[in-house]
Amino acid sequence: MSRLAAVGVAVLLIAPAFVLSGYHLFQTTMLAVYALAILGLDLVTGTTGQVSLGHGAFYAIGAYVTAILMASFNWPYWATLPVAGAVCAALGFAIGLPALRLRGPYLALVTLALAAAVPQILRAKALETWTGGAQGIVLSGPEVPALLPLSADQFLYLFVLAIAALLFLAAHLLLRGRIRRAMAAIRDHPLAAEAAGIDVAAIKTRAFAISALFTGIAGSLGALVVQFVAPDSFEVMLSIALFVGLVVGGTGSLPGAVAGAGFVLFVPNLSELVSKSAPGVVYGVLLVAALFVMPSGAAGALRRLVASRRRARPDTA
Amino acid sequence: MLTRRTLLQGTAAASLVPAGRALAADMPGVTASEIRIGNTNPHSGPASAWGVIATAEAAYFQMINDQGGINGRKIAFQSLDDGYSPPRTVAQTRKLVEEDEVSFMFNGLGTACQTAVRQYLNAKKVPQLFVATGADKFGDPQHFPWTMGWNPSYRTEAAIYGKYLVQEKPNAKVGVLYQNDDFGKDYLLGLKDGMGEHYASMVVKEVSYESTDPTIDSQAISLQSAGVDAVVTAALPKIAAQMIRKIADLNWHPLHIMSNVSVSVAAVLIPAGPEKAIGMLTAAYQKDNSDPRWVNDPGMEEWRGFMKKYLPSADLADANFGYGFATAGTMAHVLRQCGDDLSRANVMKQAASISGLQAPTFLPGVLIATSPSNFHPIRAMQMQKWDGAAWQLFGPVITA
Amino acid sequence: MSALLHQTLSGLATGGIYASVALALVMVYRATRHLNFAQGEMATFSTYIALTLIQAGVPYWAAFALTVVLSFALGVALERLLLRRMAQAPGLSAVGVSIGLLLIFNALSGWLFGYTVKQFPSPFEGRSGGVLGGLVSGHELGMTAVTVVLLLLVYGFFRFTRLGLAMRAAAGNAESSRLVGIDVGWTLAIGWGMAASLGAVAGMMVAPLVFLDPNMMSGVLLYAFAGALLGGIDNPFGAAVGGFAVGVIENLGGAYIVGTELKLTLALVIIAAVLVLRPAGLFGRAVVVRV
Repeated sequence: MSRLAAVGVAVLLIAPAFVLSGYHLFQTTMLAVYALAILGLDLVTGTTGQVSLGHGAFYAIGAYVTAILMASFNWPYWATLPVAGAVCAALGFAIGLPALRLRGPYLALVTLALAAAVPQILRAKALETWTGGAQGIVLSGPEVPALLPLSADQFLYLFVLAIAALLFLAAHLLLRGRIRRAMAAIRDHPLAAEAAGIDVAAIKTRAFAISALFTGIAGSLGALVVQFVAPDSFEVMLSIALFVGLVVGGTGSLPGAVAGAGFVLFVPNLSELVSKSAPGVVYGVLLVAALFVMPSGAAGALRRLVASRRRARPDTA
Repeated sequence: MLTRRTLLQGTAAASLVPAGRALAADMPGVTASEIRIGNTNPHSGPASAWGVIATAEAAYFQMINDQGGINGRKIAFQSLDDGYSPPRTVAQTRKLVEEDEVSFMFNGLGTACQTAVRQYLNAKKVPQLFVATGADKFGDPQHFPWTMGWNPSYRTEAAIYGKYLVQEKPNAKVGVLYQNDDFGKDYLLGLKDGMGEHYASMVVKEVSYESTDPTIDSQAISLQSAGVDAVVTAALPKIAAQMIRKIADLNWHPLHIMSNVSVSVAAVLIPAGPEKAIGMLTAAYQKDNSDPRWVNDPGMEEWRGFMKKYLPSADLADANFGYGFATAGTMAHVLRQCGDDLSRANVMKQAASISGLQAPTFLPGVLIATSPSNFHPIRAMQMQKWDGAAWQLFGPVITA
Repeated sequence: MSALLHQTLSGLATGGIYASVALALVMVYRATRHLNFAQGEMATFSTYIALTLIQAGVPYWAAFALTVVLSFALGVALERLLLRRMAQAPGLSAVGVSIGLLLIFNALSGWLFGYTVKQFPSPFEGRSGGVLGGLVSGHELGMTAVTVVLLLLVYGFFRFTRLGLAMRAAAGNAESSRLVGIDVGWTLAIGWGMAASLGAVAGMMVAPLVFLDPNMMSGVLLYAFAGALLGGIDNPFGAAVGGFAVGVIENLGGAYIVGTELKLTLALVIIAAVLVLRPAGLFGRAVVVRV
């Protein structure tokens, strides 16, 4: 049964490549990219309770690592992903160190300031040779391997899907095991966790590093899909969007990350249909409304729905 | 022989027959009764002030349609929001091209945003016409034959200032305040173009600000204390107004040259204090509605009539409405010139052969002109000086 | 040397802007233990209300007072109608709602009042050209004085008034506060109202300096947060000092150390360094949690 379900899910995920047309496939690819980025954020915020409003910074750095390696050093696209992940993990680790000492609003605000500083750093004169300064870097998309009868859009989707699936699986295993319980303990009862022998500091720093790695790889994939990076692509609003995706999708849930990505990707376009003159107002109202209806996000609402079903029919539980 | 014209003017039913389908393949986005045009603009987010450009353009095309359209075709203009974020520009542009099947993209806004789709549109051979940015790189027919700018290039404008300074004030100690992005940095490049070897000796201080910076007081003080006596300001209106006021507050009297992005009487000079900017210079190409010297100008009357009828509640002080009126006018001119051949290749060809169009809202003698080797439609400007009440033009119309 | 002095004074004046918004942030944080990301945009919106009143012929100080009252009502209404219902939701969702409000108010300001830059009158004009030998303008001096008065008011409110004490108690421990008869619901709403009023005053003081447009506070909010981080988000005195300090750091760093391109980065590094040494900011109190 579960094997059958797995095959079903796989077919469902692969199908878009052959069903959807160019633009829709592009959007679905971006959905996978943002879902991965939000999953990264969830790995730190949802599991250890540390709020980061600066994950756009890791997304940006992942994107730039890929862009610079491809444009300045002629690396093949696939080889840049591990480097982007490693660079972001290292940075996440470095930021996790002071983060250990910060609580609640302080961490949120420091990370927000980081997100605000990154576009400025990317424009800095000293780095212009590599980053292209304000002009950014234009990339050519991945070449479709000669043997595959696929269009560029199809190949890109399947490539992003494969990487995202791999990382979602990794997150799933991570979130199931002992580390998950340790992280939850830190979130809910830091002192008790420490007393129980959990190395709170080490777990928190590692969580931040892994989280940055996920979001960084998402940024790297995003660069391959959009085929252009510039400081303007990674303003503070990106970090805010990732956070909004997490909150609307709900923490601690893999499908939640996908739902959240869907919200930040599609609802702005929906808002535009409602009001041409002030789509920002509509988007804000829809965001507030979503949180009103589902205070714990889509994942939370689903969990509650399942729980109430179970209560209603105890025999099937 | 069945001409294109009779074919296109066939009824809707006629367009269902195979001949009509062949036509659609020939001319994407064009039917017998309409032509679809796509656009991306920041209607939401921090840059949404620019969104009114698309509003003005939509109103202009509405006016054209009310007058019967162009060659019997109505213009279906669709502007989508990209929030000034390049990844969204890519998504929305692909939607317009692939889903809504627009004939071409027109006046998409933002250097980074339009750079993000330039490669895609050129690969698909979809015209990317009259891009709404002054970045110099959008007039490069050799490498990007499907992309054309519209605004006078910031770099060309700055070169005019550079030449002016070398000629008129060769002993000046020049200081530059620029926004730390492509817009501001193009001014630095242009000044270097215009001043040549004099740049190194004349420019004594360059200071930048971020678009998120609340004030530029510190930068103004830095320039003053570096002994600067000629300031070039490459800033958006709010910072420009602050700079004018701060210079006056510092009791400092440098020669002040202002980017023409920020010389609106109503939106910059009046908030800053008109008396504080006396003697300020800029190079202009458009008439400013809030400048008293154009009160009875027939061209501006035409614009005001349009605004009154199609955008009655709009803020006339907002220069973006004048801008949208002129870009849409240029577009309509190109479509008229296309006649009945609205294939993408011909639209591009006609866009590249505008011979001296005088827009009603442009300064006399400033003409819109393109050629297969010139993808910078507006290259002429004239210097003007603020006298405390109005801009006074001086010198010849300069063509870069 | 005089340039250095000038940069420092100008930094203090700009810092006054950050300090005044930081005070509003502290107000909400103290009353509700949440950050309000919409604070800046609400202040901009209030400033537009004031401008509309002034343009309609209402005298400056009457418009000022009316705006403060209207903003208070707006803050109370938002808390009672929106934030209240999020009380049982995870803390993240409350932050999400305040981000929603940020988007709404920012877009509303542009939609209702237009995007062109507007001049806003100053009550301290007349000495344009400046005091102290032209180093500071009359308005900058007046604004700094207003910030100091606001600081004293906020400080005194939390320190000496029953309501202020009740608010601190409610934010610290809602359950116990209810037991001693504090109406926790209203202390939260009043906290939001007072913060909105503070923001409105900040907006009306800032607008004459930076000009009014829908994004007037977007940049200021970041720096105000930086100030609050540096000084301590639960301490009005600390946040105000932090705001002034960020203004000075930014000016001196930009002019003499790293250049204007990286001054925000420099401010970030300094703040991070301070927080590593003092995790609750220079003047914040580390909260001791009882197990």
